[in-house]
Amino acid sequence: MRAYKPKDDVQKKPYYTDRFWVAPQVPKQPVESDEIFAADLAALQEKFEVLDAYIQVEQMVVYINPEDNFEVLKFFKEELTYDQLSELSAIDWLAQKGEFEIFYQMLSMNKRKRVRIKMFIKEDQAIESVEKLFRSADWSEREMYDMFGVKVNNHPFMKRILMPYDWQGFPLRKTYPLQGDEFAQWYEVDKIYGKEARDIIGPELRDTARIDRYDSERFARLGHEVPKGAPVTDDDPINPQEYQEDEGVFMIKKLKKESSVIVDDPQR
Amino acid sequence: MAQQPNRLRPFFENITYDRDDNELVLNFGPQHPSAHGQLRLMLHLQQEQIVKAHPDIGYLHRGMEKMAENMIYNEFMPTTDRMDYIASSSNNYGFALAVEKLIGLEVPRRAKVIRMMLLEINRLMSHLFWLATTALDIGAMTVFLYAFREREYLMDIMEGYCGARLTHAAIRIGGVPLDIQPEFLDQLKTFLDKLPKNIKDYEDLLDENRIWRMRMEGVGIIPKEMALSWGCTGPMLRASGVAWDIRKEEPYELYDEVEFNVPWSDKCDNFARYRIYMEEMRESAKILYQCIDMYEKCERDGQTELMAHAPKYISAPKLDIMTQNYSLMQHFVLVTQGMRPPVGEVYVATESPKGELGYYINSQGGPYPYRLKLRAPSFWHTGILTDLLPGHYIPDVVSIIGTTNIVFGEVDR
Repeated sequence: MRAYKPKDDVQKKPYYTDRFWVAPQVPKQPVESDEIFAADLAALQEKFEVLDAYIQVEQMVVYINPEDNFEVLKFFKEELTYDQLSELSAIDWLAQKGEFEIFYQMLSMNKRKRVRIKMFIKEDQAIESVEKLFRSADWSEREMYDMFGVKVNNHPFMKRILMPYDWQGFPLRKTYPLQGDEFAQWYEVDKIYGKEARDIIGPELRDTARIDRYDSERFARLGHEVPKGAPVTDDDPINPQEYQEDEGVFMIKKLKKESSVIVDDPQR
Repeated sequence: MAQQPNRLRPFFENITYDRDDNELVLNFGPQHPSAHGQLRLMLHLQQEQIVKAHPDIGYLHRGMEKMAENMIYNEFMPTTDRMDYIASSSNNYGFALAVEKLIGLEVPRRAKVIRMMLLEINRLMSHLFWLATTALDIGAMTVFLYAFREREYLMDIMEGYCGARLTHAAIRIGGVPLDIQPEFLDQLKTFLDKLPKNIKDYEDLLDENRIWRMRMEGVGIIPKEMALSWGCTGPMLRASGVAWDIRKEEPYELYDEVEFNVPWSDKCDNFARYRIYMEEMRESAKILYQCIDMYEKCERDGQTELMAHAPKYISAPKLDIMTQNYSLMQHFVLVTQGMRPPVGEVYVATESPKGELGYYINSQGGPYPYRLKLRAPSFWHTGILTDLLPGHYIPDVVSIIGTTNIVFGEVDR
């Protein structure tokens, strides 16, 4: 039987992992080890439920409920002076737990601290847009939708941003194929001319360096060039590939010192 | 007059270009020479004034985040070059620093000094390129020629170091691959000695230039709140009255050991941004002079290490690989399988010439990052055009796009 390949994660996999391999962890510190973060977290915990919090690589990571995201970010912006939303995106955990992880990376300039606010949402669960708090979220949320298909409520202009507007699928999901499949080569033919034209036109050719002998519109023929539109004839010149050297490639059998030159100045 | 869809253009651009309410829709780009790459702007015009702007990006999207998830860490390094291709070492550096923070590496001092020199050279190259192209967009051809002459000199220095002029890949995770070439310091000093005079030349051409000032002063005003809300960083933020430079505030490498100022302005307009770019070039030169001294001190102290020593993650020096069995085995595993950083995540921000360049890496202990998010400053500097352009006139669009200094390799990634 052919080996079964699960389709929920088609990303590249390491071809060998030692059977005794145990991955080490990036160390986590308790939030109490930093007084500024500890004060921020205490203020946050009074108002909202905090699922988990720790410090990793000098930045505080806070897990909250996804329903609170707007209010928590508002609290961070207005009460705790985290005045910039540097980044916002998702991580695909659909294969493992059927969830997306959303993170908001925030910066406080007067505290010189960075905080990452994280939450888990189900695949079809929508989150609230934070565009009213940070205009930068306008484009970030569009990108997040474009790449993962995470739905965002109350966004002013939810449209794909990087991929074409009629694109199907979400490229950064782990299930998204890494190469075009057999349907991809028919995409443009089907779209422009219809499926019935497949026999006439043929699949899309993806080799950009390909030379078609019967293409009379281009100037390239195998081994020589012709003017544009030159007709294809059977008596095309045969141009065998030639090397510059007459008797094959020049090889040095034995280097004679007196016949070689040492170049002092590499710039010459 | 609505477009008629047909099979060749199925529902292409459902836009009415000429409308009854006297509003004209102008399609700017994606091949416009002053769009600095592949920016497409849909501008709604009342007469010559813009009432609505809608930037459309994605024409250079290559899916770098997806590529990163399917590459070992060292493999991804040359790909980062293709983000901000005007200053590619700063992209390399941001990625290398993020991975080093993830695995907790300390880089040898000599490598740090070399990295700082490369970063500042890249900043100068980027700012000179910015000045040249923006001046050309405004119509000042001479500045373009002068600034490109100086940039050419810097590119030659970079070529001497790493063999490439644009896509350097000059920095490795754990250090730098090479020591600088013997003539590097002399060439750099020659350049730096001339630089103040060159900057003075540009300023003489532009500062009191009537056209330049009319196109720049009071145009493209970004208030402080708007800059913060839109995630502006770098010169865009500093021109809006926030003196925030990551090199100063969250110093990495040896930036806490060098003396430099952070130029900022509260004028918030195009001219303020232009002044900041010019002053930053002077500050970069100041840093480079100090780096030269630091490098010479490393030389005197005999600090010759260029790569960190971490056999689990970094290959041994070439000499060890060629002579010692265990180093060769390690090297083989690291090249074929790749390093496996610990499980965890990291967000590292560095001050690239354009602004805050951040790398978020989520590692699950495998040789490929589970998720890598590239935080490119130009992405938001393009987004802000939505709010910034309305109210301006058509010629202002060109000067505003110029001073935002967006590079599309970085916007689309």
